Amino acid sequence: MIRINCPFCGERDHSEFTYGGDASIEYPALDASIEEWHEAVFLRENIRGMQSETWHHVNGCRSWLIIERDTMTHEIKSIRPAHEGYASALASSSSSSNDAVGEQDQ
Amino acid sequence: MTRYSAWSVFKNGLSGHKNWGRAWRDPEPKTEYDVVIVGAGLHGLATAYYLAKNHGVKNIAVVEKGWLGGGNAGRNTTIVRSNYMMPGNRDFYEHSLELWENLSHDLNYNVMFSQRSHISLLHTPAARDGAARRYNTMRLTGTDAEIWDLDTLKREVPHLNYNSARFPIMGAAVQRRAGSARHDAVAWGYARGADQHGVDIIQNCEVTGVTREGGKVTSLETSRGTIKAGKVGFAVAGNSSRLWSMAGLGKLPIETHKLQAFVSEPLKPLLDQVVVFGVGGAHFYISQSDKGGMVFGGDLDWYKSYAQRGNLPIVQDVAECATSIMPCLGRVRLLRHWSGVMDMSMDGAPFICKTPVDNLYLNAGWNYGGFKASPASGWHFADLIANDRAGRKIEHFNLQRFERGVNIDERGAGPDPKLHG
Amino acid sequence: MTGKRLPDGGRIDRTKTLRFQWDGQALTGHPGDSLASALMANGEQIFGRSFKYHRPRGIMSAGVEESGAMITVGEGARRDPNVKATTQELYNGLVATGQNAWPNVRYDMGEVNSLFGRFLVAGFYYKTFMGIPPLEWGKGTGIWMQYEKLIRKAAGMGTASREADPDHYEHSHDFCDVLVVGSGPAGLSAAITAAQAGLDVLLVEQDHELGGDLLNQSENSDGKREGLISAAEAAGVRIMTRTTAFGLYDYGVAGLLERVTDHLAKPDEHQPRQRFWTVRAQYTILATGALERQYAFGNNDRPSVMTAAAANAYLHRYGVLAGRKIVIATNNDSVYEVAADLSNAGASVSLLDARASVAGSLMESTGSAGVAIRTNSAALKTKGMRVATGLEIASASGNGWQASGSESCDLVLVSGGWSPVVNLISHRGVRPVWNAEQACFLGPQTNEPISMAGSAAGVWNTDDCETSGLVAGVDAIKALGKTTKETQSAPQIGGWETPIKPLYEVQVPGRKLKSIVDPQHDVTAEDIRLAHREGFVSVEHLKRYTTLGMSTDGGKMGNIIGLALMAEALGKEIPEVGTTTFRPPYTPVAIGALRGQSVDEHFRPLRRTPMHNWNMAHGATMQMAGLWHRPWYFARKGEGITEAYIRETETARKTVALCDVTSLGKIAIQGPDATTFLNRIYTNPFAKLGVGKARYGIMLRDDGFVMDDGTTWRLSENNYFMTTTTAHAGKVMVFLEELLQTRWQDLKVHVTSVSEQWAGSAVAGPQSRDVLAACVEDPAVMTNEAFPFMGVREVTLKGGIPCRIARISFSGEMAYEVYVPSDYAPAMMDLLWAAAEPLDGCLYGLEALGALRIEKGHVTGAELDGRVTIDDAGLGKMASPKKSFIGSALRQRPEMMKENRPQLVGIKPVDRSEKFNAGAILCKTDMVSGLGEGWITAVTHSPATGHWIGLGFIAGGHEAWQGKTAIAADPVRKGNVEVEIVSPHMFDPSGERMHG
Repeated sequence: MIRINCPFCGERDHSEFTYGGDASIEYPALDASIEEWHEAVFLRENIRGMQSETWHHVNGCRSWLIIERDTMTHEIKSIRPAHEGYASALASSSSSSNDAVGEQDQ
Repeated sequence: MTRYSAWSVFKNGLSGHKNWGRAWRDPEPKTEYDVVIVGAGLHGLATAYYLAKNHGVKNIAVVEKGWLGGGNAGRNTTIVRSNYMMPGNRDFYEHSLELWENLSHDLNYNVMFSQRSHISLLHTPAARDGAARRYNTMRLTGTDAEIWDLDTLKREVPHLNYNSARFPIMGAAVQRRAGSARHDAVAWGYARGADQHGVDIIQNCEVTGVTREGGKVTSLETSRGTIKAGKVGFAVAGNSSRLWSMAGLGKLPIETHKLQAFVSEPLKPLLDQVVVFGVGGAHFYISQSDKGGMVFGGDLDWYKSYAQRGNLPIVQDVAECATSIMPCLGRVRLLRHWSGVMDMSMDGAPFICKTPVDNLYLNAGWNYGGFKASPASGWHFADLIANDRAGRKIEHFNLQRFERGVNIDERGAGPDPKLHG
Repeated sequence: MTGKRLPDGGRIDRTKTLRFQWDGQALTGHPGDSLASALMANGEQIFGRSFKYHRPRGIMSAGVEESGAMITVGEGARRDPNVKATTQELYNGLVATGQNAWPNVRYDMGEVNSLFGRFLVAGFYYKTFMGIPPLEWGKGTGIWMQYEKLIRKAAGMGTASREADPDHYEHSHDFCDVLVVGSGPAGLSAAITAAQAGLDVLLVEQDHELGGDLLNQSENSDGKREGLISAAEAAGVRIMTRTTAFGLYDYGVAGLLERVTDHLAKPDEHQPRQRFWTVRAQYTILATGALERQYAFGNNDRPSVMTAAAANAYLHRYGVLAGRKIVIATNNDSVYEVAADLSNAGASVSLLDARASVAGSLMESTGSAGVAIRTNSAALKTKGMRVATGLEIASASGNGWQASGSESCDLVLVSGGWSPVVNLISHRGVRPVWNAEQACFLGPQTNEPISMAGSAAGVWNTDDCETSGLVAGVDAIKALGKTTKETQSAPQIGGWETPIKPLYEVQVPGRKLKSIVDPQHDVTAEDIRLAHREGFVSVEHLKRYTTLGMSTDGGKMGNIIGLALMAEALGKEIPEVGTTTFRPPYTPVAIGALRGQSVDEHFRPLRRTPMHNWNMAHGATMQMAGLWHRPWYFARKGEGITEAYIRETETARKTVALCDVTSLGKIAIQGPDATTFLNRIYTNPFAKLGVGKARYGIMLRDDGFVMDDGTTWRLSENNYFMTTTTAHAGKVMVFLEELLQTRWQDLKVHVTSVSEQWAGSAVAGPQSRDVLAACVEDPAVMTNEAFPFMGVREVTLKGGIPCRIARISFSGEMAYEVYVPSDYAPAMMDLLWAAAEPLDGCLYGLEALGALRIEKGHVTGAELDGRVTIDDAGLGKMASPKKSFIGSALRQRPEMMKENRPQLVGIKPVDRSEKFNAGAILCKTDMVSGLGEGWITAVTHSPATGHWIGLGFIAGGHEAWQGKTAIAADPVRKGNVEVEIVSPHMFDPSGERMHG
């Protein structure tokens, strides 16, 4: 079982999540060419080793996450929300909530 | 080289089996071959065999990073069927089934192909009609296909859950000529057959580099030295993308996923057919090996992986499916579970095709279906390599089909590799 | 082997007697007995038959590595085949039977196979059974399949019950800081150390008692065992017995199997039989012990040949002396104490040690117990046809062996060395490492938080094991950031006074011996050499060709011997040959346990709508739709499905009919950019949809094929309500979230699934407006002017029920979809039905829904199968040329724009009285073969036209088929029907009725 530390929900079994795909893909504009769309939709680097990928916390907070994970060992290096707005909101709220926890501990 | 037969077994038995020769040689790599196939799995070995046998190519090597047949060849659930309906798939898989039917005789190696019937359970009128489209297409293109009602199914397969199933069974779609085979024997049979035709099978020989000059591959760097090659064929399943990028060719429409397989303790005969169950998001297939183990499997682990080991959620899921359709399996014990890495393509269909490099050919993208396909895959890949043009039965198995919009997606699942199980 | 119960000793409760049956005989034993010890105490010797040659099999061990005494326990639906007698606890009333033998395991006709043994060598079946013997004439698979029938009958071991398993199982979850597997001195000590540092420790033990090998030692060790256990309890270690850690998975996750009732005569019916645990541990300590192995010699598989450790366990744990006259053959120190103990217990014991010399102290202590010791000696061949009556002995001669007399005996004990249990660490995808000094595989270092301890780490002495456990505990403490004062260092691997002499097979020149490597599968030493001759030299080839290690003991007994023999044949060292990868589970696990509670209706839990009971109370018959149950039809008295759906369809066209549509996906789409968002995901324009209006929309996948369709309602400026199909509700939701969170982060839109929050009913038919007018608090909102076609209104139903209504039609009639918060669903249905019933209205289900939509040519999942373009579905005009949307690029790929693609059409039988089927293939009349020109997706008897009609796809669409008929070919069911190809809009093509 891969354990995924969801930035919003904490560490959970991977069975709460679904694997999305290669997070390095940049989807082209809607009016881009067939060639550009073909590349984004059909072609994959298919890395063996550390890759950046999307996961969806489908049975949790429903966040899409970007996870750096080794596809050979399943080891996870980093996890962040895919949405930059969520990420920055999280960063600002976690710094304040850490303070709160610190006070409680005292 | 000894021809295998009851007579040879008898004769050798009398002499204490001291006189059996090697099933295949263990040659040192030569410096140059006319054709080098990378990957001594079923597809690579079959390709070498048919290149030599059908096309008279003399100087062939199959290079393998581990031991021949050590990948998915020996990790699958051994189902052989041809119940495909899309134009481009139908004829190919039918040809494969035809090759299977005489494979033991052709290879002089008992691959134990047991045409014991492949039974897809049906649970709703809509599913029955969907299956009817597929099985009608099969019948109209000359293969056997049947839809069974519940009474027939109960008579033929008595121990399924006909009483309390979450998804009540209403009948089945059946291909009688389909069945299962002994997976290792297929690899060994092709290896021995290829070897007898002079093919060098070079094990423990990992390709570490692909040298290209002037739009052609000139040689392969391997862990056992440089091997020059007139033509090169890749048949490395889940590792296709790695070789592809080694050859400087960028990306493939393939993602590598892992699929688990399961075997129970051996039991006296309990199930005489291959049974497949798929409804409500569940996916499960089971048969009983000749040794008595129940051999079964289900979905992918659902995340990309090159690791040949599975995780528990799918183990549970498969166990749920097993007992849901065959409640007597509750007390049957799981003996082993393992996993293989699958070259999942964007439409569930494979590639047997030319590449942007003139003398390089690709055989990949087998998803769940590589075992059954291996004879035809080898046959047509050999034909492609020998004649440098794709035959009609593999005309859609190329890398251009996505850009052209050709759809041979048997499931209609769309461009998400993990959905093509 | 003529085992007998000693008058005292052992961990059994002699004050109580348990009665059990073995092959119909009534026997007795005591609480604390295993089935094997009880059988042995009763003097039984033959318990099974081997897989291939049907050679008799006795007890070979006292644990999970058992490869001989495989029996069937229980009867009827609770029959369990292939149970290892050595691990089955005895209970009152246990019924055990022999298996894989006829008429019984003692006299088995199958033994005739042994006569042909010289032909039935490894892999012989790959060389024959293909055709007619002797030269394999013939073609095809027919002859093989005749052989196969016989082979299947002969193969297999026990017979599984055909009945549904009546027991229930549980799946549970747990977390801990440290998981310790094994409760021998190392495991207990590791657990105590870690728990004393404040860590949450879970200790699991497969046996029913804690102590591991301490249980098999003489009574002197009881104090140590009890001391360790009380210390563990005092330190707060959580202890689970009868629990096997069967697999180690990623991230410190272990699979455990807890046997809750398998040892009970009359289990509490509320107890699960077994419990499968998923445990997530921060650190894992594997103190899984080591298993004694044999070496190969002639007839080493005879009943009454077992490991020395087994005899020791039967003596000390069960108070059973396994033989009266015992020969022990060893190559290491571990048997000396055993020999002395057996001798002291009254057996006559002699000891053959393959080594040239042994430490004087051992010789002395064991010799003084009356054991005759011979060095440079080994077992050569067991004498006796069924059970051992003696042992031929070999003595060392140069680098080999020579025959050197024999000794009569009734029990042969063998120790060929010890194999640490490295199975679990091997599950992590790492290869065990060969230790030549100790002649065993050890677990490698991994970069995961896992330690090996005790004999599992190659540490042989009890005290050293305890230290080894302590050190592993310290490792865990440090890894988890806690502190400890313990400073001991790990003990040396090994611990024997005289090194082991690696020995895997004893043979002498000129003797043909049947030396078994894998007793269950009859893999012989000759089989290994044959595999070598034939080139099956890699471990994986060897294993697969000979079936070595594929038996139910998982190769615990034979793997290393096989590997060593292959190494010898190759002239290589064992590590050069490699090691097989152990796969989970460590010991076999019931499939029922793995599925836990997810059985019957709990498997893929059934989804019911909030008006399910209301529907049932009103006569619904349900049909599965994915995970849902939806009303299929509402039969009235005397009606079958056909009469019912035709009446329902007619009623919807004539008066009014109600249908539960709650299972449709419902998504709230809100925010300032909601309109922009919708305009990108739907193919048709949404930019100018007015507030209070609904629109039908199509979504494509990225690849340009149709993904889903549905309606979206604009409730207010920035607030939309989307419906999806039932089948794709989840998929659409996930896709919308992905778009907003990954690709289009600039859009200010929230999507929320509200499928569970709203329950809906379709109200369809010419009098639908009258029904709704009677149900809403303000009937004025329902007039045609106030509430036009495609209008949306948020109103209140009588009784103050908040409600959303859209005037949309799937049936082609004037119709509405009405949604209320889910809790109000029955109330809404009561209201609607009270208004509809007096108008001769009815309830309708999926079958009538299908009939109505087929008449209209409306598509569903049957048509939109993931391979259909928007043009194929006849909806090309809904793909806006003025904007870009998801899929707009790739839908224009050349093959997808071709003119002659199969397109949606209507289908009518030429002979209007004929019926035809969905799933039929549409062919040209002069060529009813091949892939055909198209296919039929749906059919119904159409009340509006009075005959069967269908929808389907055919090359070129209906224009291309004007004036031509086609054949609907359905060879798997009905045969051929000649059909006309028409426009899919077969009823009210101009749509007057719904605007009405």
